[in-house]
Amino acid sequence: MKTKNVPALEMKNITKKFGDFIANDKLNLIVQKGEVHALLGENGAGKTTLMNILYGLYTPTSGDIFINGVKTIISSPKIAIDNRIGMVHQHFMLVKPFTVTENIILGKEKKNKFGKLLVKESKKDIIALSEKYSLFVNPDEKIANITVGMQQRVEILKALYRGADILILDEPTAVLTPQEIKELGIILKNLTNEGKSIIFISHKLKEITQFADKCTIIRRGKLIDTINVNTITEQELASKMVGRNVNFIVEKKEANPKEPILKIKDLVVKDNLGLIAVNKLSLEVKAGEILGIAGIDGNGQSELVEAIAGLRNIESGKVFVNNIDLTNKTPSDIFKNKVSHIPEDRQKFGLVLDFSVKEDFILQTHSNSPFAKKGFLNGNEINKFANELVEKFDVRPTDIEKNARDLSGGNQQKVIIAREVTHDPQLLIAVQPTRGLDVGAIEFVHKSLIKQRDKGKAVLLLSLELDEVINISDRLAVIFEGEIVGIVDAKNSDVNKIGFMMSGGESKNEKK
Amino acid sequence: MKKNSKIIKFFTESNKAFTLISILLGFFIGGLILWLSGFNPFRAYQIIINGIFSKPTYISYTIIRATPLILTGLSVAFAFRTGLFNIGAEGQFIIGSAAALAGYYINLPAILLIPVVIFIAIFFSGLWGAIAGLLKSKYGIHEVISTIMLNWIALYLQNYFTSIKGFAKPNSEATKYIYDNAKITFLDNWKHTDQGIEWLKNHQLLKDILRTPANFGIFIAILCAILVWVILNKTTLGYKLRAVGFNKEAARYGGINIEKYTIISMFISGSLAGLAGGLHVMGVSHNITILSAMEGYGFDGIAVALIGNNAAFGTIWAGFLFGALKYGGTKIQPFMGAPSEIISIMIGTIVFFISMPNIIKISLNKILKKNKKRGDNAQ
Ligand SMILES: Nc1ncnc2c1ncn2[C@@H]1O[C@H](COP(=O)(O)OP(=O)(O)OP(=O)(O)O)[C@@H](O)[C@H]1O
Ligand SMILES: [Mg+2]
Repeated sequence: MKTKNVPALEMKNITKKFGDFIANDKLNLIVQKGEVHALLGENGAGKTTLMNILYGLYTPTSGDIFINGVKTIISSPKIAIDNRIGMVHQHFMLVKPFTVTENIILGKEKKNKFGKLLVKESKKDIIALSEKYSLFVNPDEKIANITVGMQQRVEILKALYRGADILILDEPTAVLTPQEIKELGIILKNLTNEGKSIIFISHKLKEITQFADKCTIIRRGKLIDTINVNTITEQELASKMVGRNVNFIVEKKEANPKEPILKIKDLVVKDNLGLIAVNKLSLEVKAGEILGIAGIDGNGQSELVEAIAGLRNIESGKVFVNNIDLTNKTPSDIFKNKVSHIPEDRQKFGLVLDFSVKEDFILQTHSNSPFAKKGFLNGNEINKFANELVEKFDVRPTDIEKNARDLSGGNQQKVIIAREVTHDPQLLIAVQPTRGLDVGAIEFVHKSLIKQRDKGKAVLLLSLELDEVINISDRLAVIFEGEIVGIVDAKNSDVNKIGFMMSGGESKNEKK
Repeated sequence: MKKNSKIIKFFTESNKAFTLISILLGFFIGGLILWLSGFNPFRAYQIIINGIFSKPTYISYTIIRATPLILTGLSVAFAFRTGLFNIGAEGQFIIGSAAALAGYYINLPAILLIPVVIFIAIFFSGLWGAIAGLLKSKYGIHEVISTIMLNWIALYLQNYFTSIKGFAKPNSEATKYIYDNAKITFLDNWKHTDQGIEWLKNHQLLKDILRTPANFGIFIAILCAILVWVILNKTTLGYKLRAVGFNKEAARYGGINIEKYTIISMFISGSLAGLAGGLHVMGVSHNITILSAMEGYGFDGIAVALIGNNAAFGTIWAGFLFGALKYGGTKIQPFMGAPSEIISIMIGTIVFFISMPNIIKISLNKILKKNKKRGDNAQ
C-alpha cells in the first residue's frame, strides 16, 4: 500500500541560475503516477528551464530530483531517458530531411546482427504504438512535408518509443488546431490510464482545467502554489499566475473601414512540393479593419502570407498594397512599401537567434537613420530604441545584450511583435501572433492589433485559434484548399457555420 | 568558495581558457610523442623556445612567418563568421602573390606604387574568392567544393604564367623581380650598400633584424585585423553579413539580399588571403616561382582561424603561435635530430581539441566538481 503513494517524480528545492539571473528559485514539484500535472506561469517564469533540468539538459545550481522515491542525478538526456523520462520540446527537435520513422527510432535503432537497419520492423512497431494511443502519423513521410500537428505526434511517439513513463509536454497545444487539441486530450487520457504521468505546460487556461488534475503555478521563478484543478476557475488561475486580474474579453470600438489597402487578385502559389497551395485566391483588406483568416492548418495560409511578404514565388495573379504592384517583389521592397509581417515560425524567419535582442530589433531597419550613419551602426541610438521597446512590450528580462536564443519562447515572440508593430505599417500581417504567450501578454497583443486598426491601418490576422480570429477580427474570411470559401461579419458569426465552411462544406455547395 | 566557483566558470565557460587548455594539451602530447621516440621533450621545448626568442634575427623570422598566417587566418575567420567555409585561402593567396607581380610592370614612386600593387593583389584575389560566392548564390554549388577546385586552378595558372616568356626570367623556374619601389622590405637597398654595411656594423640589433627580410607586412596584417573587427561589429555591412551567416531565412525576411552578400563576403575573405600572398611577394620573395605543390599558407589559415576562435584579434595571437611553432620547431631537427614533423602533430592536436570543445568541457566540469565536493567536505 505504501509504495503506491510514492510519487512518480519529486523535484525538491530546485534553483537554477544563469549568471546572476535566477530562473528557478527553490521550486518544488510533485507528480503522482497517472496524473496530468500542469505547469502554469507567465512568459519567462521558468517553466521550460525546470523541465530542461528534469530532462538533463541543464544542471541545477542546487536541489534534488527523486524518481519513484529514488534520488537521481540527471546529468544528461540519456540518463533521463534511462529513467523513463520523455520530453517534447517547445520548439521541436526533429531532423527535417529524415522520415517520420527515422526520426522516431533515431538513437534507438533496431538492427540485425550485421548492423543493418530494420526499417520495416521498426515501422511496424511505430504503427502499433500509434494505433494503441491513437497518435496518427504517416511513417514514410519526411518531416519537412508534414504539418506541425503531425510533427507533434511524432515527438510524442518518439518519447513513448523510448519507453517514457513521465512525459513532459512543453506547450504542446500552442501550434495545434482546435480539433488536434481535442485529440490530444484523448491521447493524454489513454496515456494516464496506463499509469503514465504527464507534465503539461500551457498558457491556455481552458486546456488546463480540461486536461489536468493538478496545477503548479510559478511566477518569476518562484513557486506560488500547487492546486487541485477541479476546485478552481479559469479566472482564478489567471490572477494567481499574473498577480492581478486579467481581462479575457477584448474591448473594441466599432470598426471604421475605409479604402482597401491590400488587394489580392487571382493569386496562385505553390507549396514546397510544387503543388498548388493557393488557388486563384482574391481578397481585400481595408484601412481601419482587421480581416481574420480562419481555416484548418495546411489549407494554404502559410503560402499565402509568404507570397505577400515576398518570401515565396507567386506563379500568377497580383498583389497590390496601396495600389502599388508588389507581386514578386523582394522582402525589402515590400517592407519599404509599409508592409510588416509577424511570421508564423519565429525561430526560422522572425529572429536571428544568435543576435542579441537589440540587434534583432533592427533586422529590417539596421541601415536606416538613426540606427546607421554612412554605413556605421549607431550604438547609442540602437540601445535607446531597444530599451524603449523592451520596456513598452514588457520583454523579460530587460537585458538587451542577451541573445534571443536565451529568451523564453514567449519573450522571443514579444521581441518580434514589438519590432513589427513599431514599424507602424500600412498593412500588418500577423500570423499566430499570440502563439506561446501568457494571458497577460495576449491581452497586450490584442490591444496592439486593435490600436493599429484604430489608427486607420489594415491588419491581416491569421490564427488557428478560432476564438482569437472571431474575437479580434472585424471581418472573417474562411480559407479552404487555397481558396476563400466565404467572408462573414465576425461580430454575429456562427461558430458552427464557420467550422462547417473550414472543412469545405460550403465550397462544394457553391461550386454546384 | 566564491573564488573557487569563479575559477570553475572561467574554465568551463570562457573560450579563451579553453583554447589555452587545448594548446597546453597539444604541447603535452607533442612532448609525449618526443619522449616515446626517445628524445628529451624538455630539451626539445627549450630548443624551440630558444629558436624563437633568443636572437633578434629569430624573432624577426617568427614575425615574418606569422604575417601571412594572420591574414589567411583572418580570411577564413571572416568567411566563417558569415556562414561560409572558405577552403580557398590557398588559391586566393596564390592569385594575390601573382597579382603582386604588377610591381614589375608598373613603375611609380614607392609611395604610390606600394598601395597600387596592394590594391591589385586585393582586387584580383577578391574576385577569385567572389567566383566561389557567385557559384554558391547563383547555382547552389557549395563553397567548400568550388574553393578546393579553384585552389588547383590557381596553382596551375601560376605555374603556367611563370613558365611563359614575358614573365619568366630566362632559363629559370621563377619570374623577374618586382621593382624596388614596390618592395616593403625594411631598407632593402640601403642595407646592402657599403654605407649601410658600415653603419650596421656598429648597430648589432638592427643588423640582426635587417639580416632577415623584415618588412611592413605585420603592421598591415594587424591593421586588417582591426578592420575586420570594425566591419563585422560596427558597420551595417557586418550586420548584414552576420545575419546571413547565422540565419539565412531570417536575413531574407529582414530584406537582406543573401546572394549579394554571399558574394561580397567571399570577395572580402578572398582579398584578405590574397593580401597575404601579395605582401609575401612584396616583402619577402620579390618574385614567384613554379610551385610543385601548394605552400600551405591558406590551409594553415584554417587552423589559425580555429585556434583564434574566428575572432579578429584571436587570429593575431593564433597566427603568432603558429608562426613561432613553425619557425622554432624546425630547429629540433638540426640540434637534436628529432623530426620536426612533431610540430605538425602538436598543431594537429591543438586543432583537434579545439574542434571538440565538449570533450574538454565535460571532463573539466567533472574534475572541478569533484574537487569542489572534496573541498566542501573538508570544511
Ligand atoms: N540558456 C540560458 N541562458 C540565459 N538565460 C536563460 C537561458 N535559458 C533561459 N533563460 C532565462 O530564464 C528565464 C526563464 O526561461 P524559461 O524558458 O524557463 O521560461 P518559460 O517559463 O518557459 O517561458 P515561456 O512561457 O515564454 O516559454 C527567462 O528569463 C530566460 O531568459
Ligand atoms: Mg517555455
